[in-house]
Amino acid sequence: MWGLCKGSGSKPYRTVVDTTGPAYQCSCPSRKFPCKHALGLLLLWSDPDGPVASGESEGAPDWARTWLAGRAERTARKKAAPAAPADTEAARRRAEQRAERVSAGASELEQRLEDLLRGGLAAAEQAGYSLWEETAARMVDAQAPGLAARVRELGAIPGSGPGWPVRLLEESSLLYLLVRARRRQAELPEALSSVVGARLGLPVRAEGPPLRDTWLALAQYDTADARLTTRRAWLHGAASGRTALLLSYGAAGKAPELTLPVGLAMEAELTWFPRGTGGRAELGERFGTPAVPSSRPTGVDVTEALGRYGQAVREDPWTPHCPVTLGPVVPAPLPDGRGWQLAAPDGSAALPVSASAAAGPGLWRLVALSGGAPVTVFGECGHRGFTPLSAWVEGDEAVVPLS
Amino acid sequence: MRDETVGAAQQAGRQGGVSVRDTTGPAGLREAAATEAADDSGSGPEAGTEAGPEATSVNGALPHPLPWEELVKTALLGTDRRASPVAAGAEGNAPGALLAAAAVRTVRYRAGLRAAAPAGAPLSAARPDERPPLPRAARNRLAQLLAVRTAGGTDRRGAAPDLTELLPQWLATALRQGFAAPHDLLPALLDAARARTDLRPAALAFAGPRALWLARLNPAWRFALRGVPGGAAGAPAPEDAEGVARLWEEGLFAERVALLGTLRERDPARARELLATTWRTERAEDRLLFLDSLRAGLGEADEPFLDEALADRSRNVRSTAAELLSALPGSALAARMAERAASCVSLALTGETRITVEAPHECDAGMERDGVTAKPPANRGERSWWFGQLVEAAPLATWPGRLGGRTPEEVVALPVDEGWQSELHGAWCRAAVRQRDAAWSRALLGAPGSPVADGPGAVSLAERAQLLGALPEGERAAWVAGFIAAHGLSDSFQLLATCTAPWAGPLGAAVVDALTTARRAGGYPWSYSGIMGLAERCLDPAEAPRLDTLTQPDPPVADPPANSTTAYWTDAFARLTGTLRLREAMHAELTRPPA
Repeated sequence: MWGLCKGSGSKPYRTVVDTTGPAYQCSCPSRKFPCKHALGLLLLWSDPDGPVASGESEGAPDWARTWLAGRAERTARKKAAPAAPADTEAARRRAEQRAERVSAGASELEQRLEDLLRGGLAAAEQAGYSLWEETAARMVDAQAPGLAARVRELGAIPGSGPGWPVRLLEESSLLYLLVRARRRQAELPEALSSVVGARLGLPVRAEGPPLRDTWLALAQYDTADARLTTRRAWLHGAASGRTALLLSYGAAGKAPELTLPVGLAMEAELTWFPRGTGGRAELGERFGTPAVPSSRPTGVDVTEALGRYGQAVREDPWTPHCPVTLGPVVPAPLPDGRGWQLAAPDGSAALPVSASAAAGPGLWRLVALSGGAPVTVFGECGHRGFTPLSAWVEGDEAVVPLS
Repeated sequence: MRDETVGAAQQAGRQGGVSVRDTTGPAGLREAAATEAADDSGSGPEAGTEAGPEATSVNGALPHPLPWEELVKTALLGTDRRASPVAAGAEGNAPGALLAAAAVRTVRYRAGLRAAAPAGAPLSAARPDERPPLPRAARNRLAQLLAVRTAGGTDRRGAAPDLTELLPQWLATALRQGFAAPHDLLPALLDAARARTDLRPAALAFAGPRALWLARLNPAWRFALRGVPGGAAGAPAPEDAEGVARLWEEGLFAERVALLGTLRERDPARARELLATTWRTERAEDRLLFLDSLRAGLGEADEPFLDEALADRSRNVRSTAAELLSALPGSALAARMAERAASCVSLALTGETRITVEAPHECDAGMERDGVTAKPPANRGERSWWFGQLVEAAPLATWPGRLGGRTPEEVVALPVDEGWQSELHGAWCRAAVRQRDAAWSRALLGAPGSPVADGPGAVSLAERAQLLGALPEGERAAWVAGFIAAHGLSDSFQLLATCTAPWAGPLGAAVVDALTTARRAGGYPWSYSGIMGLAERCLDPAEAPRLDTLTQPDPPVADPPANSTTAYWTDAFARLTGTLRLREAMHAELTRPPA
């Protein structure tokens, strides 16, 4: 996309935007990036009835084509360039050191959890959050961020309302399962061992051949803690039928870099992370611009949705939920204001909406969209119920984000 | 943690302890039979821990081998205090064994979740909305307007348009165009209407049947069901005579007021007849409010009923009835008042032509019955108090005949006895407003350019604003334009507020000119912020190009004053033009013919 912008100088600024990057180039002297001219161009382009005409790069002026060609060349070079030769010996030593630290941290946590049970969960409630915070800090020192995050979550449970002892026992027993599994990781089947490694927080990398498909962005939502904003985005491949999770991080209070157009589909390559990362993938090269999708995932019924979660737990016992397209279902309130459920239209089965989702604004958008009629809902199905993330109705092309 | 309901379900399932196949949690998740889960656990991680064998029960119909409740109790108190239901194993590690057993139990529960039957009755489907869907650009615009509202308003000092003020206009245009509201925006629309009562009628009308359906499900939106025909539970359609009668007999006060209002709009006579059926048995304060709802659609046919109400036990009801009757120039009460008022006002018999006032000497029973309040407020003489009430309630048509066949303008121009002018003109103003008499309003307003303090009868700004309401739109705008041209903007806010948006050409031009003058004169922009806000909402977007020149900063001055207001003015004008362009875009999105 290119345009000329009349500025205060004698020559108009030449602005080019490559939406696949996105990347910007402008002849203005602004040090802001992207500059206002590029943003203005994007705004004009985003209006479907706007003045920016679509066309092929042949029509573009030389200065725009030169820049695009330069970009393409650089990308190609980067792809072709071999990975920097690593100091394999030092890397191996570092990995060993880290493995030892993680194991030591896991043993320490194992001990702490046993102490917790010896003294009783009731005593832990009185000790307050600092106990957990300190343990979490130890796990960070042990380079096991997965453990640290779980410990922090444990710390939040005692203050979470009625039934907390049950939830605390569940979660601490799963954490115990994880640290015990670390002790015997070498004996585990390979797939399970990989899950344990990922759940501990050992470094993982997206590997394997990239999968090119038309990916529909089904949902995108942010969660934030004191340190970090995490953006989660779910994609669904039109041809492969696979669902992928993209994660992007931003410093506390800052928006993560990755932003996907929910409801639109884009042609791109994805590379998956190993098991134990909840279906996480990495976004590789993108082709063309996002467009209205030609198809949407087909919904499964309530029984199948829970079956999928069961299958996910079978492969990764620590997974709290898995992505499911559920439908057709009808949202309906539970009696006595105890929340909401998604019921099969024939009334044969229902799945409760998770309490956090039932308390949020997204639930009402879902109910409004349905109006008492069946809808298809994409969301996360887990042991706490179903968390709707986006929905659509038959006969309307729009995927409505609920988060 | 996140979910209480499922947590409770889970707990309930476990506390049942037996035959989980039958144990359905209240939240609708239940646990699978032990066998199914046990199959899963074969490849699960517990194979890697020492807890495995204990959990592998053989038959789903059997009770659980490990009572979950026991595990939780022991965990809560600690294995040091309470015997664990789990054998400590070879290591003698009681807490470890407990945790391992709990882990198996948890994984098995999660892997084997099964759906339960739906709880409660399914929802009835919402009534379909037959209106055509919004164009996409307009849909996005509405989402934007509603999102800003949630984000907590905008800064008035900046140059960006104030979006929250544009929502009412957007809604009005969308309603006029007859579009349906997008379903997924209904919650935000209802929230907006909840926060701003002034938005409610338009927002609810635009939101349509599905919003009412939705409002029944969320207590926060109950307001939407109040006063909406068919909104309150079982409110009958006005055509349904039996339903109307039943609701009138049995309904709550608010429902009855709403019913009366709706009916009065459709069929004034029927509303009055309905009220008459129970009139004598209503409580005084209810009678007052019911009577007030006759104000809409008031006509000659209401006279007998109102006449009867003049004898009401309650003084407030009596005076409201009298007020309504006096607004009917043909009523008997109006004739009696005309006679009384005319006897007080006459042309002087000698000397120059002027009006002589002879205020009543007493307030007799007849006057009191016709709604005259006998006791004046503090600091007012009782005779002038009675006089004012008589003139106010007398039909204005009385005066030309009484005062030598003069037109209202000529009557207003006549000199009045020393000290009586403001009393007499003030009463005529109130009468002109009450009787919505354009000719008298015009006469009493006088020329827009005449000095503020020296108008006919020294009519106050508030009275002028009210009198303007009785003039046709175009004339009103022209009068206010003239007023602004003569007096500037400082006193014009109240008057501008009476003009319908968008402001007609001359009025818009007058406002823009006056703002320009104020800026040149170095006025403080914030003292015009009320006018600016009004202008943003009401100026015709076509004025935007005229304003563009004003958004340019002033030409540089050699030695700019330290406290320059220039930047503020530039910002204020930039926001004004920005808002106008936005309104133009909004309007175009809603009215553009479909491509």
